[in-house]
Amino acid sequence: MLQFIIRRTLGAVVTLFLIGAATFFLFVAAPSDYASLACGKDCSPQRLADIREALGLNLPVAQQFWDFMTGIFMGRDFPTGHCSAPCLGQSFYSGEMVWSTIMDRFPLTLTLTVGGSIVFLVVGIGAGMLAAFRRGSFVDKFATGASMVLSSFQIYFLGPIVLVILVYSTGLMEDPKYVPLTQDPVGWFVGMSIPVCVMATIFTAQYTRMARSSMIEQLAEEHVRTARAKGMSKKYVFFRYAWRGSLIPIVTVFGIDFSAMLGGAVVTELTFSLQGIGRLAVNGATTKDLPLTMGVMLVGAFFILIVNILTDIAYAFIDPRVRLS
Amino acid sequence: MTSPVALDPELESTPEPAKDEQKLEGRSPGQLMWQRFKRDRTGVICAWIVIFYFVVSLCAPLLTKLSGTNPYTLYGQDPTFADKPVLDDFGLPLGYLGGVSGDHWFGVEPQYGRDLFAMLVYGMRTSLWMAVGITTLVMTTGVVIGLIGGYFGGRTDYWIGRVTDFFLSFPQQLFFIAFMPVVTAFFVDPREETPTYFRALAMLIVLWLLGWMGMARLVRSTVLSLREREFVEAAKVSGASPWRIVRKEILPNVVTPILVQFTFQLPSTILTIAFLSFAGVGFVEPTPDWGRLFAAGAHYAEQDPAFMFFPGLALVIFVLCFNLLGDSVRDAFDPKSGR
Repeated sequence: MLQFIIRRTLGAVVTLFLIGAATFFLFVAAPSDYASLACGKDCSPQRLADIREALGLNLPVAQQFWDFMTGIFMGRDFPTGHCSAPCLGQSFYSGEMVWSTIMDRFPLTLTLTVGGSIVFLVVGIGAGMLAAFRRGSFVDKFATGASMVLSSFQIYFLGPIVLVILVYSTGLMEDPKYVPLTQDPVGWFVGMSIPVCVMATIFTAQYTRMARSSMIEQLAEEHVRTARAKGMSKKYVFFRYAWRGSLIPIVTVFGIDFSAMLGGAVVTELTFSLQGIGRLAVNGATTKDLPLTMGVMLVGAFFILIVNILTDIAYAFIDPRVRLS
Repeated sequence: MTSPVALDPELESTPEPAKDEQKLEGRSPGQLMWQRFKRDRTGVICAWIVIFYFVVSLCAPLLTKLSGTNPYTLYGQDPTFADKPVLDDFGLPLGYLGGVSGDHWFGVEPQYGRDLFAMLVYGMRTSLWMAVGITTLVMTTGVVIGLIGGYFGGRTDYWIGRVTDFFLSFPQQLFFIAFMPVVTAFFVDPREETPTYFRALAMLIVLWLLGWMGMARLVRSTVLSLREREFVEAAKVSGASPWRIVRKEILPNVVTPILVQFTFQLPSTILTIAFLSFAGVGFVEPTPDWGRLFAAGAHYAEQDPAFMFFPGLALVIFVLCFNLLGDSVRDAFDPKSGR
């Protein structure tokens, strides 16, 4: 187990490095002069040179890359001040440290993705299992049909509809906003409930279908049949034997889906005008802010890799036959 | 091969069942699939709806000629249309449901007064045909890479596998956003206005580069199991070249998963294009595009919620039908996979 975690962590570090390198060199290879972009339209040569100096763009590309990468582990010094250990550089535009900007916005994205995951895993798997348990009944048909229709909705369509119904026309709830959990847990819950639920709805549907079909498949397995033949009740077999096995495909898809969830968080943030990582990514991309984009990419990739390692570990707990190797 | 039934003299005298028997024999897997598909009513209806969408998007210029509108004219601001006001003093559409009228079938956009019907059909044209192009490219690349990896195996397969893994570990959608401007910058000076064609090209490149992995994996695993089958070995023993084996023995057997995957990939590509435009890095004003309509819709949601209605409904119906169609195609190919 420990060996597995160590090996996967090393692999993750290599992947992160490669992703960072790919992002960096693609950005540098693109024929756009960041200094003149940051400077604006009427820019004196003197000021251009100053900006270049301040951004470190006058150094060779390899040197810039080396500085960036070592900065992550050891910190860097900028003309404007020191940037301590996990240093992702300094934004070309605002001049703020990228790490602190990201950490400011991160709790919101974390709320969206983790909160959303909890909601859609519980509701989705629950509904799917119920549908499989009462296969062919009204509940089953309703769950399958609803999940089919809901999965065709998109966050950017469902979000405004929910807002119009709950906020603009009836005033039942307030406009979604983010309040830090540590400051005001109730405000946090109320403020984020609409975005989290809208985002979860889109994903729930898919998991309902998957949980249902994998549960039905499990029920046809031999060990389940044996348990039934021994005289165990349907409920007991269902909840003690079959459901564990049915989780395996769900965990697999969840691991793959996590990167799609970050994309979902981007759309959710844009739809509800929230200030999270996704919006940072869009801002960084449209203003061609290299350090900001690099930072968001690396943090996003890091997040995904962690989740992937966790899902692999989860296999071992769900299915004792799986050996981590 | 002659069937034993046909040789039976007793059955020969009664032509009806014998004929039936022979008809059954002559069916290729493709014909069987087609018959199973035709029997699935949901699938057939959805197929017609999907075809309808493609026809509508192809006929976009004709349809807008019929409605007498075009997606670029600002009906609310253009003085030529001052005698037919579409917006009130606050820039909101006059009339019900976002200004639905004989002139503007789906209403108009707030502030500018552009015709929603024209924008939607043109937007569908942009999205659908781009998605078809991108999906075809992605699938072809994936199939070629998967075939090479799966058939040659060994070291080739190992390295192709590593590269695939690497591409898969990218935070894909964040990367789409981040790379759109970068790729665009390869073609045009970033300080100048980017022509729409270059935006489309950049989108194609980005989605292509980061989209082939799923297909490659699927094809590779299918090819791996096919490679060990007897008919491939027979072909090898009889001296067929690798190219011939891939083309004549393996490829026909991978067509099924490819087709099924295609019906799932296409709507997801459409949604990705819409996602990029929604995030503001895809198509921009004034190019009519599905995703851009949603960005505008979210923006106007408080004042004019009706603006979102038609584009949203159209998208939901389209995605729903395409998903159902995908399920039917899969069921038709592989009757064992129950829903």
